[in-house]
Parts: sequence; structure tokens; C-alpha cells
Amino acid sequence: MIPHLISIAPFGHLDFWLGVGIVAGIYAIFTLGLQLNVGFTGIVNLGQAGFMAIGAYAMAILIVNYGWSPWLALPVATLVAMLAGVIVGMPAVRLRGDYLAIATIAAAEIVQSTAQNAINLTGGNNGLLGFDAAWQTIQIWALGLLATIGLGQMDQIPLFALTWITFGALLVILFTLQHTPWGRVLRAIREDEDAAEALGKNAYAYKIQSLALAAAIGAIAGYLLALNITLIYPGTYSADFTFIGFAILVLGGLGSYSGVALGSILLWFVLEGARFIDLPLSADKVAALRLLIVGLVLVFIMALRPQGILGKREEMVLRG
Amino acid sequence: MVGATAIVVVVLIATKGYQPAAQATANGLVSGTYFALGAVGLALVFGVLRLVNFAHGDFLTFGAYSALLANAFFNLPIIVATAIAVAATAVLAAILELAVWRPMRARRAGGLQLLLIAIGLAFVIRNGIQIAAGTEPRTLHVDITSAVSFLGGIRLAGIDTGRVIIATWLVAGALAGLAGVLVAAAVGVLTPQFGFQLLLSLFAATILGGIGNAYGALAGGLLLGLAQEWSTLFIDPRWKLAVGFAILILTLLIRPNGLLGRPALK
Repeated sequence: MIPHLISIAPFGHLDFWLGVGIVAGIYAIFTLGLQLNVGFTGIVNLGQAGFMAIGAYAMAILIVNYGWSPWLALPVATLVAMLAGVIVGMPAVRLRGDYLAIATIAAAEIVQSTAQNAINLTGGNNGLLGFDAAWQTIQIWALGLLATIGLGQMDQIPLFALTWITFGALLVILFTLQHTPWGRVLRAIREDEDAAEALGKNAYAYKIQSLALAAAIGAIAGYLLALNITLIYPGTYSADFTFIGFAILVLGGLGSYSGVALGSILLWFVLEGARFIDLPLSADKVAALRLLIVGLVLVFIMALRPQGILGKREEMVLRG
Repeated sequence: MVGATAIVVVVLIATKGYQPAAQATANGLVSGTYFALGAVGLALVFGVLRLVNFAHGDFLTFGAYSALLANAFFNLPIIVATAIAVAATAVLAAILELAVWRPMRARRAGGLQLLLIAIGLAFVIRNGIQIAAGTEPRTLHVDITSAVSFLGGIRLAGIDTGRVIIATWLVAGALAGLAGVLVAAAVGVLTPQFGFQLLLSLFAATILGGIGNAYGALAGGLLLGLAQEWSTLFIDPRWKLAVGFAILILTLLIRPNGLLGRPALK
């Protein structure tokens, strides 16, 4: 091909859609954790954004405030998020479905409030910067490689690749776990907790493990989100993130890990595609319109096709 | 309970001085009043339908913006605007019952389905308001005393329909609309987000009072308002929301049926 015949416009668009793909990938990873909890364990975790925040803040605080190497900070921050999952889970998973949902969202709001108010630690609403030096180095190296094949100006490719490779790796791990005895016990608990207990399975411990694992997955989504916006501040980790995750979850279908990718790509294609429609609305109203669409997705999917687009009816256990 | 509260007040006056303790108590009673009004509706709906209505906070927003529309744009006196807000929110709640909740009960929808539908409706109401009204903070000039007298009339109107569920929604919506106007009056500024930001406090009040118990929710709301404001005597006021959520979690852990709740609600 003759490069100069390719116009700039589609390249610009391609870069835009790569950016959308990064966001969709981050949400997909985030929602894998929700799928593990809601779809495969039967616990309604409304606090996933809080676990994501704990992971991202722990990573940034260790690197920025304490000068840790990112390669040490990342696993430690993931452990911190898992510990938070255990701490929230120990009391919460004993509660009935509705109460568990309220307790987890309250825990996430406490995290949000702490991020806003513990200014010495978190930078308050100004957030934290400068945790991504190692990633910048990797990115420059990757863009150098891309330049040799003529893609040097597409600076979204490295993070896009990192995000979806991470998603793929987590998908493989979760898929494998699902077919281990551990995964089968989780599903047994979701189907009938008393029966699983009668078989000598400690449902309480399994539920906490499920929550801790979801928290770790949320933390990983949090790292990628932090790399994408190069800043960590409280507003990014609001409850809306969790609710958008639930819209993705029900779009893709409960009980399907690969459905999560489909749901996220579909939702973000619609939400970002709306930019190309010329709406006579200000920026904050467009933002509201996007969340309104998320709300409609939740209402209509749950009312009309609760198993989601790809979901299986038999995986659809809805606890009262 | 009343005795324990009185003892706390005496201790606060003794340790923090009369003026700060009285001010915090007054503030707590103000926020406690709108917590209570909002929480009663949430508790009624849960008591009758076993539905945790995540859209309830946005009913408050809807009420406040209805009053704003009537008062600031149609120049109606605030007492009429408040009546319109109460009625409009009651109608909204009833419409959602007929359009969404009744059909979903007929389909025997599960708990997760209902929860996610309620969250979806919350998004639709909140962001619909944001699209219509914008995000810039608004103020509503309200004379609070005139608004309260409407409460009685609406309650009677609700019970007269004879259909308990519709009545429940009408009362819950009306109280939420009134609570929304009160929040606007007490806080001074309102944004489309305020109802949802209040929702967890309403949950906390409901659970404190024993979820599904309307009188308990009233007491829970007042107690929560007082506890949050009293906490500002000891720690930075920025943390008072977190204090409310911590009370919520502690209540769930220690007394999941609430301070006034009946035992073994499962």
C-alpha cells in the first residue's frame, strides 16, 4: 500500500475507537469480578468500584508517597484490595441478598469518602499523579516498535493491547477456575446454599473467597483505568462505575464470562457512538444522556430478557 | 431509646458546652426530619412489597425540581409549588407501579431482577432531570412550615383509594416529594445528584428503625441525623457522611433487624 493515500480522517477515527476499546476493556475486566460474584456465586456485590479504588490508590500511594517499585507495588496493592474484600465480606456475606447489596455499596461509599477527605494520603479531590513512569517507558518502547511498521502515531495501541491481553488472561484463569472443584462448589452455593452446606462445604468461606478474588480483579481494572487517565481521583471510582458494570453484566448475560466482553463492547459502542450524532445538548447533558441509556438498558434487559443477550436461562438464578 | 438519646445530649452539653451541643442537636433534628420523611416511604414500600427501591432517593430529587419548576418558572407561591411537588412525586411513584412493578410482580420477577430494575429507574429519573434542568446548582426559596401541613391531606387521599399497593406508592412518593422540598430548603442548593447521594442515608435510617417499619424509619431518620451532627463535635464535619454509612454497616452487623425492629425477620 502507498501510505500517503490513506487519509488522516479514518486514522483519527481509528484512534478514537481504540480509546473506546480501552475503556470497554477496563469495564470488561471490572465486570468479570461482578460475574464471579453475581453470576457464579449468587452474591450481589454493589461495592466493586470501592475495591477498584482501594487497589488503584494503594498502588499509587506505594509508588508516589513511599517510592516503591511498581513491580512490588502492584502485587501488594492487589493483596490490599483482596484484604478489603475479606474485611467487607466477613460480615456482609452473612446478610440476606438485599442487605448484602446495601452493605457493600455503603462500604464503597466509605472508600469514596476516605479518598476525598484523607487528603494527606490520597491528595483529596486533586488526586494522585506520577505513578506511571514505568508504564511510560514501556509505552515509548512499544511505540518505537510500532513506528517500524508505520503505526507509530497510533499511541493508543500499547494500552489497548495491555488491556485486552489482561482481559484474555483473566478470562482463561476464571474459565479454568470454573471447572475446578472450587468453581463447582461456588455454583452449588449459588443454586442451593443449604444443600452445599449439607455436603460439608463451608459456604461462608467460599463466598468470602469469591469476594476477595473479585476485589483483586477490580483492583486490576483500577490499575488500567489509572494508566488510561494518568490520574487517580475520587470521582472516577463512584458508584456509577459499579452500576455501569451491572448494565454490562446483564447485557452479556449472567453466568457467562465471555458475555462480559460482548456486553462491554456493545454498551460502549452505543455510548461513544452517540458522540457522532449531532445532539443540541451541552457536554454535561450528553453525559447524563449516556447514563440514562445505561438505566434503560438495566430496566429493559431485566424486564424483558433477564438472562441477557447470550445468557443461559438455566444459569439465571435470581434470589428473592 | 428516648432516654438514651437524652443522656447523650446531657453528656454532650457537659463535655462540649451548651452552645455547640445545642447547635449540633438542632442541625441533627433538621437533617433527621428529611431523613425520616424519606425513609418512611422507603420502609413502607419495603414493608408492603419487599422491594428495596433504589430509585427512592431520586424521588426526592424529582420532588425538589418539581417545586423549583412551579416556583421559579411559573411563579407559583411556594406553598402551591410544594403541593405540586408532593402530588407530582406521588403520581410518578404510582405510574412506575403500574408501568413497571405490577407487571414485574405478575411475571414473578426475582430479587436481583427487581433490584437492578430499581437501579435502572434511578438512573433514568436522575439523568432525565439532569438533561431537563442541567447540572448547575439551584436554589429554592422555601418557607418550611407551610409545606408540612400538606402531609396529612395526601396521606388520607392515598388510603381512600382502597388499593393498598397504589396507596403505598402514593404515600411513599408524596413523602419523598415533600422530603425533597425540605432538603432543598434546609441545604440551600440542589443538584440532580442530591437524591441519590441521600439514598444511603435513607437506607441507614430505614435499617436503624427496622426495615419495613414506618414508625421505626421515622425514629431511625431522626437518630441518624443527630448521630451525624453530633459526630461533628468530635471529628471533622467532612466525615459525617462516612459516619452515617459506618452506622449503617454496624447496624446491619449487630442488629440487622434495627434498633426497633422485630426479631428474626428473614
